[in-house]
Amino acid sequence: MANIMIRKDAAGSYVFYLPKRDLEDSIVSMEFDTPEKWGGEIKLNNGGTYLIEPQALPPRFPISLRARRLDAAE
Amino acid sequence: MSVLTREETEALIQEVLEVYPDKAKKDRAKHLAVNDPSVEQSKKCITSNRKSLPGVMTIRGCAYAGSKGVVWGPVKDMIHISHGPVGCGQYSRAGRRNYYVGVTGINSFGTMNFTSDFQEKDIVFGGDKKLAKLINEVEQLFPLHKGITVQSECPIGLIGDDIEAVSKKGAKDIEKPIVPVRCEGFRGVSQSLGHHIANDAVRDWVLGNRDGSTAFESTPYDVTIIGDYNIGGDAWASRILLEEMGLRVIAQWSGDGTLAEMENTPKAKLNLLHCYRSMNYISRHMEEKYGIPYIEYNFFGPTKIAEALRNIAAFFDDHIKEGAERVIAKYQPMMQAVIDKYKPRLQGKKVMLYVGGLRPRHVIGAYEDLGMEVVGTGYEFGHGDDYDRTIKEMGNATLLYDDITGFEFEEFVKKVKPDLVGSGIKEKYVFQKMGIPLRQMHSWDYSGPYHGYDGFAIFARDMDMALSNPCWSKITPPWKKKDEATELPKAA
Ligand code: SF4
Repeated sequence: MANIMIRKDAAGSYVFYLPKRDLEDSIVSMEFDTPEKWGGEIKLNNGGTYLIEPQALPPRFPISLRARRLDAAE
Repeated sequence: MSVLTREETEALIQEVLEVYPDKAKKDRAKHLAVNDPSVEQSKKCITSNRKSLPGVMTIRGCAYAGSKGVVWGPVKDMIHISHGPVGCGQYSRAGRRNYYVGVTGINSFGTMNFTSDFQEKDIVFGGDKKLAKLINEVEQLFPLHKGITVQSECPIGLIGDDIEAVSKKGAKDIEKPIVPVRCEGFRGVSQSLGHHIANDAVRDWVLGNRDGSTAFESTPYDVTIIGDYNIGGDAWASRILLEEMGLRVIAQWSGDGTLAEMENTPKAKLNLLHCYRSMNYISRHMEEKYGIPYIEYNFFGPTKIAEALRNIAAFFDDHIKEGAERVIAKYQPMMQAVIDKYKPRLQGKKVMLYVGGLRPRHVIGAYEDLGMEVVGTGYEFGHGDDYDRTIKEMGNATLLYDDITGFEFEEFVKKVKPDLVGSGIKEKYVFQKMGIPLRQMHSWDYSGPYHGYDGFAIFARDMDMALSNPCWSKITPPWKKKDEATELPKAA
């Protein structure tokens, strides 16, 4: 499990940030993105995938979360 | 366009790599690249933030340098104790030229060096007692200081001292904040981790100190300058522009900054982030915890300044937007005069850069305003996100190099033949002896400021001064000049 932060960029799309490795990347797909259910498997632009426990849409961004790495890019 | 074609640049990289043994060659090859602005992600072409190869000359610093020297050092009303042997602090003392106002030794301590001066017995028996004594001594000798930071040098982590416990106890005794920073030099691959550790220490020990207090009245126009270390007065040259457009700058991080400013930062409406590399961490944290957005800006050269002022103003109402336009219009003629004066002298000159932090990409715009062209750039301790931002700024087929070694840099310069190199003191005399002017882009070569409109005028003058110095035509001694028509008759 890794601590990550998800924020929205100026265009309103999600950006992924992994402080431990200073990795910042855009999120290209997110399994669930509705007010009731949000998260699940997320795919990064660099090819990595992470899993965020599906939950209700966070009230505001950025938000720090725990995520599990399914497939890292490097 | 660069001077070399893509193929030529690639061939150059291969040629330079030739001297390395296979393993080293494979590693270094990942850090050198030919720029292609259409690439979206830097990691496809360049690797960064990796351990330097043993045996090569690297220009990097250590985590202690990142924390004490860069982030914490300029906070002027705190006393920063270099905890450990005397050298780390003494040999880097006051080297960064972070200007500040105040009376040194009374209420400001920027250029002083405080150290616990570890001896053999402290290594053997531990230095906690010494630190506790030191804290009391500091309190007696410099009663007007506002707080203390304990900047760990290598031995502290090695012998396992508990500086947190000593700091907590000391803080209670002297009733001022004491911040232990675990920035031992051996951590991480470069000073970059030191920035991160220092940011985390600010987050854990300083930022929340005034939460809930209403003593500080904020206005809707409060902004902060984050990641400007006031080198040669940079932050001042930036600050006046923001104030002129109607904003109120409530904190400077950390050039000419104070502890109180840091504690009040959560009251700001917008954080303006200049050096992304060293202070993005705390900006991200404030965005999450306090909902303060941050914006990266670039105050080098009139084109980028105008762009930045407009982007900043977009966060505020029409009053500020008008203010931004007014500021841009006011300085435009002055900047035009500077450009008219220097551009004809500098037009078409080629520059190679190798610096840290933000400059390898931020100063490109300023050079372009003068008609100069940056043909190669690289970071000492950049990360992937730095290169992501750099690729777009650089021309096609220009050189990118990460943590370049002394040998590679010399070879590149010999082949690319730039008219000017922008790097540090360690490179300066190597290149000047090769006949290539160099400006130190860490300390502005004891000049500055270079930020803001005022800074650009100085920047342009300095670049012209370096390039047009008559000494460069005297590099070849007269007796070696072949085409000299008047060959002296040989003595009979
Ligand atoms: S690496 Fe260690 S010993 Fe060297 S300057 Fe940094 S903190 Fe001091």
